[in-house]
This record gives sequence, C-alpha cells and structure tokens, in this order.
Amino acid sequence: MDLSLENRTEGDRTVVEVGGEIDVYTAPKLREKLIDLVSAGNYHLVVDMEAVEFLDSTGLGVLVGGLKRVRAHEGSLRLVCTQERILKIFRITGLTKVFPIHASVAEAVAATD
Amino acid sequence: MPTVELLLSPQPHHVRTARLVGVAAARRAGLPDELVDELRWALGEACSRAVALHAAHAPDVPVRVVLRDDPTGLVVEVVDVGPEGLPVDDTDPAALFDGESVDPRVSLAVLGGLVDDMEVLPGPGGTTVRLRWPLPARVSGLS
Repeated sequence: MDLSLENRTEGDRTVVEVGGEIDVYTAPKLREKLIDLVSAGNYHLVVDMEAVEFLDSTGLGVLVGGLKRVRAHEGSLRLVCTQERILKIFRITGLTKVFPIHASVAEAVAATD
Repeated sequence: MPTVELLLSPQPHHVRTARLVGVAAARRAGLPDELVDELRWALGEACSRAVALHAAHAPDVPVRVVLRDDPTGLVVEVVDVGPEGLPVDDTDPAALFDGESVDPRVSLAVLGGLVDDMEVLPGPGGTTVRLRWPLPARVSGLS
C-alpha cells in the first residue's frame, strides 16, 4: 500500500493522518507534507500513525526533521500510536524520549505538557 | 544453496520489491504469519539501509539480497558495499538524525530490536546483514 496523508485542524492543533507504508521511497512525501504545514504556520502538529503499516528508519528521520522544524517556531509534534511494533522501534532508537506518544488523537490534542 | 537471490539497483522503490519478494518466499518456506510480518519489517529496514549506503558510496553497484532455507532456518542476507556501522550506544538519539539523513547505525539498532537472530558481518568490500528465523516442522522448503 502506498502512503496516504490527510490533515485537518482541531482547535490550535493540526492533525496529520498517515496511512500505509513509510519507507525510503515514500518518506519524501511525508517530509514535504510536514514542511508545507510548517511553512503555512501550523506549528502544533499531531501525527496519527494508527493506520501505518510499515515504518523504517528513513521515516523516523523525517519525523525527527519535522520535530526540529516545529521546535524552531516553539511548536510541538506529538505522535498517536498504539501499534506495538512501531512503539518498539521508537523505544529501540531512544525516540520515546524525544517524541510525546499518545494513545489517541483526543489525548494528543488535549495534551499541554 | 541460495534459493532466491535479488540484485537491486539502489533506487528507493526497489525496497518495496524486496519486501514483497521476501514475504512471498517466507510464506512458501512455512514461516508463521507473525514472523512473516517481522521479516517484512526487518528486510525493509535492511534494504533501506543498503540502498542509502549504495546511493551515497556506489550508485552503480546493485544491492544483493539472498533468501535461503537451510537446516538452521530461513536465512536472509542483505549485502552492501558500505562501511560497517556499529549498533547505537548511549549517544543522544536525536543526534543520530542529522537534518534529514539518518545514521546507518540507526538501521542496525532497529534490526537488532526487531530480530532475535541478527549478525553484522564486515567483509573486504562491504557489510553483510544476516537475519535468521527458525522454521517450524520442515514440511516443505523454498525450492
């Protein structure tokens, strides 16, 4: 399955729903999406990964890149993920210390810490 | 003896091809579904790493992927021409993601976390990442 990207606004947050496979081939599309959103002034992003079917380290790199971009504007990038395999990859790479990871979009949108 | 061997020119879309072939070969070898999915993730990661290394160091040289079924289980090897990377240690994780590029060591860390039986074998011309999964009762092979 290819990568699907949809975004919507919830309060002051921009929710990006990501579906399909984030790999070395599709990661540039996700990178462009995050760059476009930040360029348009969306600095508080919630990336919903519940429909992601594959994620490699290239995809991790794009998410870290997105985090650096929003932080340059004092923004935030939160992840929504309950899939154990993806959570494991974030733990292995130490990125659970870098990204706030939430169990639902509602929880991520409400989070203020 | 190798039963499936792929030579991939180092282009990102071929990583997907490798995943699809890997899944088909693993199913045929009788790997349980949960491990087939693990193989899909691990093979994808290993190929992403190799393709990125070749794109940087040897864009004209194909990445070699071998899947074989031997007495120890289902073995997957991804052979690249890049320098050996060591597993991630205690360094700041964010530092391994410099700008938009990813340190190849991240790939090895991910692989080590995904697959119980992984070896990184440095050779004269590059690195072989060998992944292995035990097969259940050997009813049929890849061949």
